Amino acid sequence: MRLLTHNMLSSNIKGVTNGFPLRIEVEKVVEKEVEINHDFLRNIFPKIDWKAFSDASRIMGYVELPEEAPEPSVLESDLEFLRKFHHALLELHLEEGALVCPETGRKFPVNKGIPNMLLHEDEV
Amino acid sequence: MKLKQLECLLGHLQQFSNPKAENSFDDISNKVVADFGCGCGTLGAAAALLGAEQVIGIDIDSQSLGIASMNAENLELDIDFVQCDISNLGWRGQIVDTVVMNPPFGTRKKGADIDFLFVALKVASEAVYSLHKTSTRDHVKRAALRDLNASSAEVLCELRFDVPQLYKFHKKKEVDIAVDLWRFVPKRSRGENINVGVRCPLD
Repeated sequence: MRLLTHNMLSSNIKGVTNGFPLRIEVEKVVEKEVEINHDFLRNIFPKIDWKAFSDASRIMGYVELPEEAPEPSVLESDLEFLRKFHHALLELHLEEGALVCPETGRKFPVNKGIPNMLLHEDEV
Repeated sequence: MKLKQLECLLGHLQQFSNPKAENSFDDISNKVVADFGCGCGTLGAAAALLGAEQVIGIDIDSQSLGIASMNAENLELDIDFVQCDISNLGWRGQIVDTVVMNPPFGTRKKGADIDFLFVALKVASEAVYSLHKTSTRDHVKRAALRDLNASSAEVLCELRFDVPQLYKFHKKKEVDIAVDLWRFVPKRSRGENINVGVRCPLD
């Protein structure tokens, strides 16, 4: 599971007001290189919840991202930043671990890179 | 979905790149695409091959997801998979550009395809491509425009699917059904968090 996907997933357990972002518990992170697409990065940047994203990247072991979202103009010219953004968003995979509901603490396991978000009967 | 059907589907999707009809290509190329009820990942893989930048496949069944994962790897495609019940999907807003899906047709659980459409129209920001039985065409159009927040609903083409006896509840050895390929455009929300566990309003 990439951090792009993590940035979209939230806990939907009954009674939870805000299930985003899910906290990450890491057991195994895998890095898979993928070709960079600058235009794609510029388009997706405004849609990303930056705090959740940069916090998550730190937990995954990558400390290069700034805590505060940079100005969009940075993406026009700063290739080094684009490279770091690309790496954290698309090249870091949580292979084994868990996603944790921020309100209930319920763990959603991640195995072979696939998070299991299925709810139990009493959580629906 | 058989390879033959996929080829037919892709053929139709690629036809629509003239200015008069909607430009389907723009909905996929360089975009974030989600495949709802991805099964073995065929549609998602097709989207990736057509130039989607990122594809996310969602399905309830772990066995299908295992196969989907393997298929993606064999095709050297970069696809994320999530195991989830679509009706309980917790999702933050309309970040995904396009949703593609071949939903359950609602034979066993009535209205299953409309449930999927409900969620898809909340998650996609640009377009939803979906397959529904031709026999339900009027119902789907009405539901989409009146109840599910679609600003437009258009049948792109009609396909014929040979569905072999795949599941225990299938009574015949093979059945030939007419299926519509739809393109829906969602109305944009103002970017709030969306928890999509609300029951479909048509239940």
